[in-house]
Amino acid sequence: MSPTDPLAPVETPDDSVLLEARGIRKSFGDNEVLRSIDLEVRRGEVVVLIGPSGSGKTTVLRSLNGLETPDGGTVSIAGGPSLDFSKPISKSERYALRDRSAMVFQQHNLFPHMTVLQNVIEGPLRVQKVPREQAVAEASALLERVGLAEKRDAYPFELSGGQQQRVGIVRALALKPQLLLFDEPTSALDPELVGEVLQVIKELADEGWTMVVVTHELGFARHAADEVMFMDGGVVVERGAPKELFSNPREPRTKRFLERILRPLD
Amino acid sequence: MPDWQLVLDSFWPLLLGGLTGTIPLALASFALGLVIALGMALMRISKNRVLNGIARFYISAIRGTPLLVQLFVIFYGMPSVGITIDPWPSAIIAFSLNVGGYAAEVIRAAILSVPKGQWEAGYTIGMSPGTTLRRLILPQAARVSVPPLSNTFISLVKDTSLASTILVTEMFRVAQEIAAFSQKFLLIYMEAALIYWIFCFVLSGAQNLVEKRLDRYVAH
Repeated sequence: MSPTDPLAPVETPDDSVLLEARGIRKSFGDNEVLRSIDLEVRRGEVVVLIGPSGSGKTTVLRSLNGLETPDGGTVSIAGGPSLDFSKPISKSERYALRDRSAMVFQQHNLFPHMTVLQNVIEGPLRVQKVPREQAVAEASALLERVGLAEKRDAYPFELSGGQQQRVGIVRALALKPQLLLFDEPTSALDPELVGEVLQVIKELADEGWTMVVVTHELGFARHAADEVMFMDGGVVVERGAPKELFSNPREPRTKRFLERILRPLD
Repeated sequence: MPDWQLVLDSFWPLLLGGLTGTIPLALASFALGLVIALGMALMRISKNRVLNGIARFYISAIRGTPLLVQLFVIFYGMPSVGITIDPWPSAIIAFSLNVGGYAAEVIRAAILSVPKGQWEAGYTIGMSPGTTLRRLILPQAARVSVPPLSNTFISLVKDTSLASTILVTEMFRVAQEIAAFSQKFLLIYMEAALIYWIFCFVLSGAQNLVEKRLDRYVAH
């Protein structure tokens, strides 16, 4: 990859820790969805969270982006301030957290009243105050890379689900985050559209982007992940390299989950 | 046989009353009313119980009392506490407060109809709640609220005739004067009615144009 490649991450990967989360706890009413989650991601690493629905994977992701406020625990991203959630979080701390990461949603959440290009440049233009020309040039390059150059003036409703999600990814990349967060990016897609989206994410992983991915696509986890975390009932039941975890799960809960996914009819 | 000459002679004064009275009164009150309504809608959505309570009270008071009474309180009532307001400002105040009460619920519903994911998408690209509201939520809410707000506006155009009771020279007051002078009540009031109808017809056309324009990003 050339250094000017638009999909290349902002910073050259080294081995330092990019994201460190300790003891993340969260309850919704009486429902304790996260019971002390630890997560450490090094630069360039891909961590995949798997687990049954309701296991808390999405809540972990949303906590890293400040969309949920945990009840306790600490998060620090890219040498930013270490946020202690047992105390109230200030606005600027929350923005600092969001500044360093970008989120791709299950339902893409593109802005329906804006064209593809407008969707992508909205953040750089309005929030990061990038000059329009530069924002447009960078957005165009990114769209080109994911094969959507000719769709830049289309509205989201004119795109297929897979194209919409690729725009969602480009919108996140345009913010030049240090960390990419994917919340079940292919779960809402028709099966035949899953591949094109996973392909883009895989390319980003290969190019050294640091990412945390919540997904049910075990094939993706196997090929792209450096570490897989299996969550259930608000705790990390087991973590490890994908090969190990998939072929030799130590915990019975992991075993049962994998069997259910891999052989649903047995 | 109707007096066609009178119809012709009175047409221009009536239309002029509409163009210099009815329409400006409606436009000014609607614009101010929308600002009030947006404020009230946001207060109703906010989790602050005091703001919420104020907005609820306001909306209830406006919707629970006749517009004519609101007009009279402002124009004939306020002088008793030392506040004397001219007819035109009185009318604009009363009508915009009224629109504010009715449109608040329309705008609130329209804002709530925008999916929560749109707010979250705004936040994750680093926007503040205010910017998210302005750039992402309100443009989408606008589309939903055009038909009901058009209703409010068309009602308002006709309701401005009530301003004739507080000495504002709008179309209906002109009609009253011509009718009293010529004693042709049926003819003149029918003519005024026709001009109101034409105004509203044009406004409905404008509504369609706005809806089409806002619908360009929605699948059909």
